[in-house]
Amino acid sequence: MADQTLDAKGLNCPLPILKAKKAITALPVGGTLEVLATDPGAVKDFAAFSRTTGHELIEQTTEGNVFRFVLRRKG
Amino acid sequence: MADASGTKGMSIIVTKGTLDWAYPPMILSTTAAAMGLNVTLFFTFYGLTLLLKDPQLRMSPLGNPAMKMPMMGGHMGMPNIMSMIPGVDAGASMMMKDMMKKKGVASFEELRSLALESDVRMIACQMTMDLFEYTPDDMIPGIEIGGAATYIEVATQSDINLFI
Repeated sequence: MADQTLDAKGLNCPLPILKAKKAITALPVGGTLEVLATDPGAVKDFAAFSRTTGHELIEQTTEGNVFRFVLRRKG
Repeated sequence: MADASGTKGMSIIVTKGTLDWAYPPMILSTTAAAMGLNVTLFFTFYGLTLLLKDPQLRMSPLGNPAMKMPMMGGHMGMPNIMSMIPGVDAGASMMMKDMMKKKGVASFEELRSLALESDVRMIACQMTMDLFEYTPDDMIPGIEIGGAATYIEVATQSDINLFI
């Protein structure tokens, strides 16, 4: 269970990333953020976001047309 | 080239002010800022329009054969001559804004606010402001005014430099 959930369903690029960045920065170091998105581009984008920022992508699942990501805020 | 703290940088020269061309610099700058880069946008010539308080962005199918709108299951272009009819460009612009809203694409104004909020540095070209007779009062707050040397200095310190 993540510390916080961000519902970015229905939003298109780059809004899921922008909102995720805002939400994860508000968490304490080590805190986890769950992001729900329907933008298929988010799959590659969250991986790139994680690699570039260092916020670890600890989980990634797909249910129907909803993509779910869990990020852990880096130290 | 990362700065002393190891932060990477991106700069974009923004030269176009139509609705369609307004998006790439805003999308890339907000995303780069979200990914931890220092971002600077330099607005010159028609790009300056994007800094106006009320930019009223428009686009035109004129001279743009690649602009094909989804329509009745297909994609439809518009003959150049149509653009001469009053209201056609306004209609196409409204259609685009409507389509963006339906598809969850952020409005230009929303992206611009997000960019400023995430400390994207926006520089208006002084020469273009003089040329087109704009004053700082016409522009949104939170921007700077500068010239080519100001941009070049930023570019020498950036890892990514783009011209849009």
